[in-house]
Amino acid sequence: MLISTVLSVKADGSGFTGPSIDDFFPPVLLFPGTPFEINRLMAIRILVVVLLVLFFWLATRNLKLRPSRAQVGFEYLVGFVRNGIVYEPLGERLGKRYEAFIMTLFFLILGMNLTGVIPGLQLSGTSAIGLPAVLAIITWGVFIHAGFREKGWKYLKDTLFPPGVPWFLYILLTPLEFLSTFIVRPVTLALRLTMNMIGGHMLLVLCFTATQFFFFTVLADGNLIGLLGVGTFAFGLIFMVLEIFIEVLQAYVFAILASIYIQLSVVDEH
Amino acid sequence: MNIVGQLAPLAFGLAVIGSGIGVGYVIGKTIESVARQPELQGRLTTLMFLGVALTEALCFIAIAVAFIPFPAP
Repeated sequence: MLISTVLSVKADGSGFTGPSIDDFFPPVLLFPGTPFEINRLMAIRILVVVLLVLFFWLATRNLKLRPSRAQVGFEYLVGFVRNGIVYEPLGERLGKRYEAFIMTLFFLILGMNLTGVIPGLQLSGTSAIGLPAVLAIITWGVFIHAGFREKGWKYLKDTLFPPGVPWFLYILLTPLEFLSTFIVRPVTLALRLTMNMIGGHMLLVLCFTATQFFFFTVLADGNLIGLLGVGTFAFGLIFMVLEIFIEVLQAYVFAILASIYIQLSVVDEH
Repeated sequence: MNIVGQLAPLAFGLAVIGSGIGVGYVIGKTIESVARQPELQGRLTTLMFLGVALTEALCFIAIAVAFIPFPAP
């Protein structure tokens, strides 16, 4: 109640402005009017891709049989991702075939997500639907292709008409299986990533703009309610740590779901 | 007394109750199973993520509903 009165008193222009969905559609910086418009989000994405290519080029440029300290760290990271995300669900044989794809997914999404907490950038490359949608569509294509490559047309039969149920259940089951496999899977992949990033960004922006407002508008007016800014600032810092965790987790979830979907379309059901 | 605002966040909150309970249940059961049979952890983790993905899908559908342009009454 107290907060809302303070906020409403200040609603005349100098008041509190929270985050909005427009944060994710910043003004165009370069090439306006063409299909290649570059805004802050696109600039961040390009920067992340350049940094990732640079990182992997530097890390794999000079590999030795007796590794240096940095190489041990790099191999530990890559090995953890490979064993935990690719080989665990897929097994060794299929894992070798799809490890490049899934590890690319993981590191790309991780890099894009982490820009959400880096000061100065503060906007995740994945927080507009475009990039996650492209990645989800590629994953969709890859798991369907994996099924056809492994089982041929039997893949569609196994997916749409799962064996071992009485025939009249197919009236119910086939549309549901079609929906959940070919439509819900890619849509939720894209939406999960985007919505997590949007939510995290909103939370952080809300905390820090509130801190700014409390300290420099309310407290500067001599109103002691402005000391609430200490609390919002502390919450902002806590949510920042939480946000880093969520960003790593979402990259992990996207990659492991991609490999689980590939495994599900390849596995032989009896 | 007039209350002005959006109903969409409220609806999303209601929708999330269900999938929140569902996700918690799936993960809790997985932890329980791993505690009983630690050697199955890899297989169970895979199944857990599959279950979580399916359960969570409901709350993402709930988010998407807010963006569907329903005709005004």
